[in-house]
Amino acid sequence: MNNRNIEFQSSSVVGNILRKLHIDIPLFIGLGLTCALSFVILYSASGKDMAILMRQVARIGVAFVLMTGLAHINPTQFKRYSTLLYGTGILLLIAVLVFGQIGKGAQRWLDLGLFRFQPSEMIKITTPMMLAWYLSRHHLPLKWKQLLIAFGLILVPTLLIAKQPDLGTSLLVASSGGAVLFFAGLSWRFMMVIGGLILSFLPVLWFYLMHDYQRGRVLTLFNPEADPMGKGYHIIQSKIAIGSGGIYGKGWMGSTQAQLNYLPESSTDFIFAVFAEEFGLAGCLGLLVLYLLIISRGLYIAVQAQETYSRLLAGSLTFTFFVYVFVNIGMVIGILPVVGVPLPLVSYGGTSMVTLLGSFGILMSIHTHKKFLHH
Amino acid sequence: MSHSYSIKDAVTENRIFLNRIVVTFLLVITVMVALVGRLVYLQIAGHEHYASLATRNRIKISSIPPTRGIIYDRYGRILAENLPAYSLEIIPEQVKDLDETLINLQELLAIPDEKIAEFHKQRKRRKRFVGTPLLMNLNEEEVARFAVRRPFFPGVDIQASLGRHYPYGILTSHVVGYVGRINEKELKTLPVAEYRGTHYIGKVGIEKSYETQLHGKAGYTEVETNAQGRAVNTLNEVQPESGSNLHLTLDIDLQRIAYEAMEGYNGSIVAIEIKTGDVLAFVSHPGFDPNPFVNGISTKAYRALQDSEDKPMFNRALRGQYPPGSTVKPFIGLAGLEYQAVNAQDSVYCPGYYQLPNVKHKFRDWKRWGHGPTNFNKAITQSCDVYFYDLAVTLGIDKMHSFMSQFGFGQKTGIDLSGEKSGLFPSKAWKRKYKKKAWYPGNSIITGIGQGFTLTTPLQLARATATLANRGKVVTPYLVDSIVHANLTKSGSVQSGEVIPLQEENIDEVIAAMVSVVHSARGTAKRISKGIDYQIAGKTGTAQVFTVKQNESYNKHKLAKKLHDHALFISFAPVADPQIAVAVIVENGGHGGSVAAPMAAKVIKHFLKDEEEEFSDSDEQP
Repeated sequence: MNNRNIEFQSSSVVGNILRKLHIDIPLFIGLGLTCALSFVILYSASGKDMAILMRQVARIGVAFVLMTGLAHINPTQFKRYSTLLYGTGILLLIAVLVFGQIGKGAQRWLDLGLFRFQPSEMIKITTPMMLAWYLSRHHLPLKWKQLLIAFGLILVPTLLIAKQPDLGTSLLVASSGGAVLFFAGLSWRFMMVIGGLILSFLPVLWFYLMHDYQRGRVLTLFNPEADPMGKGYHIIQSKIAIGSGGIYGKGWMGSTQAQLNYLPESSTDFIFAVFAEEFGLAGCLGLLVLYLLIISRGLYIAVQAQETYSRLLAGSLTFTFFVYVFVNIGMVIGILPVVGVPLPLVSYGGTSMVTLLGSFGILMSIHTHKKFLHH
Repeated sequence: MSHSYSIKDAVTENRIFLNRIVVTFLLVITVMVALVGRLVYLQIAGHEHYASLATRNRIKISSIPPTRGIIYDRYGRILAENLPAYSLEIIPEQVKDLDETLINLQELLAIPDEKIAEFHKQRKRRKRFVGTPLLMNLNEEEVARFAVRRPFFPGVDIQASLGRHYPYGILTSHVVGYVGRINEKELKTLPVAEYRGTHYIGKVGIEKSYETQLHGKAGYTEVETNAQGRAVNTLNEVQPESGSNLHLTLDIDLQRIAYEAMEGYNGSIVAIEIKTGDVLAFVSHPGFDPNPFVNGISTKAYRALQDSEDKPMFNRALRGQYPPGSTVKPFIGLAGLEYQAVNAQDSVYCPGYYQLPNVKHKFRDWKRWGHGPTNFNKAITQSCDVYFYDLAVTLGIDKMHSFMSQFGFGQKTGIDLSGEKSGLFPSKAWKRKYKKKAWYPGNSIITGIGQGFTLTTPLQLARATATLANRGKVVTPYLVDSIVHANLTKSGSVQSGEVIPLQEENIDEVIAAMVSVVHSARGTAKRISKGIDYQIAGKTGTAQVFTVKQNESYNKHKLAKKLHDHALFISFAPVADPQIAVAVIVENGGHGGSVAAPMAAKVIKHFLKDEEEEFSDSDEQP
């Protein structure tokens, strides 16, 4: 305690308070700025809808509270409950498939009376927790049996979510689990073999496992003009919004594509297009720098973590956040197929916001508790 | 997995982990650069392209059709106007219960079920916020009945639009013409931007020949629309420029007198003001009601007009080509005097027929026993054929052709109506070209009395008469006196100022003979001279008909009746100061003097009576 006080003597009173709250200042600032941007762009993208804005503010408020709460929990507690949380998540996913609510053609929701819950969101955190827990118990290099178990732990939730179907989330879950394996030191050679297997599995995925609409989305990516009023409409309008923004954009509230409803889902998955239209390339660079800062800080926290479980989890959660950013922006600017992944911290929507800030709470917990863990 | 560690190697693990973090960081940087690269491609390289796409997305240009110009007669009476037409429209989006609303409306306005079905059909093709017509052309009572109950029908409203209306109907059908819906063929040649919101275009008559002036300039609005096509904001609006108003030379009262004078006959009357070329009356009888054509005449009604033996759709004044008969005699006579082929005092003996030397064929005079010794005046007054047979032979076809051409025979008058026929005055060259035969003296003989190949339109005859009355100053008839556009008046047509070189005494001789036709005891039109205190100069004509060229489809059973002579009369008055020239052609009417001349007289008398009143009015003023 003494050491810490000395170490941060120069920081402000506020900084000290935040530190006592187990809040990581750089991460907090990055997240706060991004959320503030979210309010600005959401107000415009929703067509000056105060109700939507207030709901987003409330959600982010709740998510920040959750983040702070999680930051207070010692990482050892996460580690202890990893298996339980993971198991619960899997059970809930099965429950969704059996009793779930259908929304937008996919079964994702569990109606709990008071609110609707999306177990796949929780899985995004519990899968890397589970893998980090499992891999921290075993030393490198992993044995075949351990690898198989690790892959099983990833595949079960991935397939359950893909079955809903929710391609975007299953992708994120798979990548969060894979990231743990990657950070745990899976050999490059092995990863190449896995990569080769996945590539050879792609035709099977394409012809037997993917839904028509999913195949359509991939095909549309390569030629959106083939069906400009149907499948290609979304991506064409998105590109028009981004391209027409130019270098400096049309100014706040100046997005004609979103304000006049040419761009669908402008408040949710495609909010980046509105942002690009209103703030141009300059604004986009600013937002990307903000994301880069958050990711860098996450990686730094992972490096600083002293325990295997903590650093695997920190690395994976940061990596997942990066995948979020890449997949969303990639789809909006037309280099990735349209999958339902929101722009992290900016898109309108509750569950992903809570999960994301929750994962940053865990990162903060890892970073701010490390002194106490040192034996 | 060749070897395994049994002891935790923290250093190795740390190294590998750090290595993986660095790899991850590099991956993140690479991906970020790729994203920025793509953004640069879209927002800098593609900016112009996408910006124009965004503009095209949101801005829709819609035309505002201009108001069509109004057509007036010479005294400012409206001949063609735009009247509001009412339709009942429903905006489905604003209606709470559409089915109930339709049932209530059906009850209120007695709407047949088919209209409801048609409405549903149309509704499916339109956006929910766009009005869909339920009933067209509501009458005033229906409008009133709905207006009272309007508050009970949210989303239902009366829409007013302008429709063309011709208050004088049948009287003006061949002058003013009519407008109709733009057809596919017209659409291809029209300036698209100007006609985007316009439904009507002039089809015939003044409406057609002055289409450009009447139509005006279309305005437009630039409207920002959302993805559903709903207008959210008007960005720019340019008001349409109304079409020009036209003031015609036509006197609708005189037109009515002339039209009614023709009652019971098919034919044409054209009256021209001599000094100006103003067409005062332009009648082709029978006419038709142009109003049903505006919104599309029914096939049945159109068929009835087309199939009628009286050919009401045929513009006789402009396109009817008739043998002029004896009405050419004053002109041929003048040619004889001008070319000194005859002397006005010299007489020709008329035995009732004419023979060429060494030829047996007899060209008969209409008066079987002949007119006896006949001088110039008598030849015109009593319409002696033999005198003109002889004159025609003396003159020869070439002289006749060149002289008659100066008066416009065989030539279009240049009136501002499209579709005019030129008639025909033959020449040697013409016959060789079109008939592939040489000119025979016999051809000249009958040309001298307006038979044979010669064909004239009623308009041509009126014009030639006006030119004669004008003492050789060529009269060009025209219908549009002025084009009024935004307080700027433009005069329609101007006279060419062309003058036919003529000897004054020869003109006097011809006019004197034409006065005798009306005012002498033996004149062929003497019956019309009663009760007038001025002189009318005229010439009757009775043209033999063999076939009726312009309507070949005449019923054969009626052919006998159709072989009756055409009755013609040309005239001008008052002789002392010629004001009006009138030409009358009555198809199969019989004799010019008994049928056609009285019609012309009615027109002249009405016109000169009005003139007098005008003069006396102005006299009263100090």
